[in-house]
Amino acid sequence: MSAKAKKQRIGLIADIRNNKISYLLMTPYLLLFIIFIIIPVVISVIMSFTYYNIIQPPRFIGWENYRKLFFDDDVFMISVKNTLVFSVITGPLSYVACFLFAWLLNDLNPKVRSVMTLLLYVPSLSSNVLYIWKYIFSGDSYGLINGWLLKLGLIDTPLLFLKDPTMMLGVIIFVQLWMSLGTSFLTFIAGLQSIDRSHYESGAIDGIRNRWQELWYITLPEMKPQLMFGAILQITSTFAVSDISANLAGNPSPLYAAHTVSLHMMDYGTTRYEMGYALAIAVVLFLFTLVVTKIIMRLLQEKD
Amino acid sequence: MRRISRRPRNVKINRSVAGNVVLFLFLALVGAFTALPLVYQILTAFKPLDELFLYPPRFYIVNPTLKNFTDLSSVLGDSYVPFARYAFNSVVTTVIASVGHLAVSAMAAYPLAKHHTVKYRGAIFSVIIYSLMFSTYVLGIPRFLVMSKMGMLDTYWALILPAMAGTLGLYLLKCFMDQMPDSMLEAARIDGAGEFRILWSIVMPSIKPAWLTLVMLLVKDLWNDTNSPTLYIFNDSIKTMSVLMNYITTSGSVRAGVGAAFSLIMLAPPVIIFVLSQSKVIETMKSAGIKE
Repeated sequence: MSAKAKKQRIGLIADIRNNKISYLLMTPYLLLFIIFIIIPVVISVIMSFTYYNIIQPPRFIGWENYRKLFFDDDVFMISVKNTLVFSVITGPLSYVACFLFAWLLNDLNPKVRSVMTLLLYVPSLSSNVLYIWKYIFSGDSYGLINGWLLKLGLIDTPLLFLKDPTMMLGVIIFVQLWMSLGTSFLTFIAGLQSIDRSHYESGAIDGIRNRWQELWYITLPEMKPQLMFGAILQITSTFAVSDISANLAGNPSPLYAAHTVSLHMMDYGTTRYEMGYALAIAVVLFLFTLVVTKIIMRLLQEKD
Repeated sequence: MRRISRRPRNVKINRSVAGNVVLFLFLALVGAFTALPLVYQILTAFKPLDELFLYPPRFYIVNPTLKNFTDLSSVLGDSYVPFARYAFNSVVTTVIASVGHLAVSAMAAYPLAKHHTVKYRGAIFSVIIYSLMFSTYVLGIPRFLVMSKMGMLDTYWALILPAMAGTLGLYLLKCFMDQMPDSMLEAARIDGAGEFRILWSIVMPSIKPAWLTLVMLLVKDLWNDTNSPTLYIFNDSIKTMSVLMNYITTSGSVRAGVGAAFSLIMLAPPVIIFVLSQSKVIETMKSAGIKE
């Protein structure tokens, strides 16, 4: 306890003096970080209390943007609901898929594995993959799925996958799942590669008999930092989801059925030139992501 | 360090043959499904005009042609700014920003992961992680203001420096450094190695899979980035290939074939870097053993 109290009394200057080389190593990055991230974030937070249409200088309006957001903006509430539905479904599934596929690939021989990794990563690698889904889910009889269903006689009129509010969110969730194997997936592959093989061999001697036991007792504990990294990345990116919906259903989507918080922010920032309001949405989204991340981290750490 | 046994490298323990077969078939099936857009994109680039506009679209080609590529070269030949200039800009900014980010974030991640005497490392790292959660979309305008104050707009720096400040790389590298045993570093310190030297010749080789993956992710994002070049660059001679591709693909159906050919060319460098880095990631396994 006393050691901890002592630790807290050390000021930043003293800490720098005690660890000159450490801070020297961090300086170049921290300078860039302060200039291009911290300062812009601070400016954003300040401007979220203004009316700012990009053309005229910002005008301070206090909490007005936040008041409007929580009490007068029904569409925002729809976007929150959609984002939550979307996140609860795709977040955990994508995360598990990233790990599962990385782990399965790890068993293949190196050449096959390289090729397979590439094939699985294509949706994240290729920049304009969404148009193919537009064609598959197209709402006329030329769309791939509609064409088949019509041919098989299962339906009489084409289904409006990307226009019907009851189907839109489902389609977007499906496409998101198809695209899940991204950064976390590659990180997990690299993480699995860094586990020393001797752990598995000593595990086999200690009585581990199949791949599931090996996964549970050796692989997962060894991968803890990467798994944490993947979790944070997953939470952040699911809450910020926007691309797929905007590309497939448009922004704003019919009846806002696929409207997400990020799209709401972009709608105000880009289309309506209400940057102050868009920034208020960004601040709320940030705080929300932060709180959820902290809760999930706490849960994960308790599990250990 | 524990010595690795003399078991043949590719033989895995605790694996059943039936399990391996099922596993392989499953992966092949999913792989075929996820790889479709790549196949489609390759095929599209070689389609003659009449097949491009076939409706409903057809997946395969009947009469493959190179016309899209010859058209592309004539379109690029007419361009006011020579194509080589765009290519040069893309390569220079992608390479400098990737290498730069890797260097500064490795230098910062090392003390954050391994210098236990630094009291504020937890606090600094938390701030870096939290910043990852702030929407990059809204940072465009504040960054514009900062860069205009610093006179950085319309220069290569506007494309390079913000990319170097990214938080993802630092976090990724720190994850892998966290796993390294301290005793390895202590041994080097006793031998009189400086911190720079330890980072360069012990830490970095040990976390090779991590930085190879990071380089690939950086190249992919920077190469395809259309956001920064359109926001911060007004002078056409500093714009990049990704912006040029946007010009071409948005100029209507007349250019559809040219657009498809250009998309394929744009896709090539990230795919090549991906294949190179992944095969190296896997190669490092041969010299495994960074942990005790």
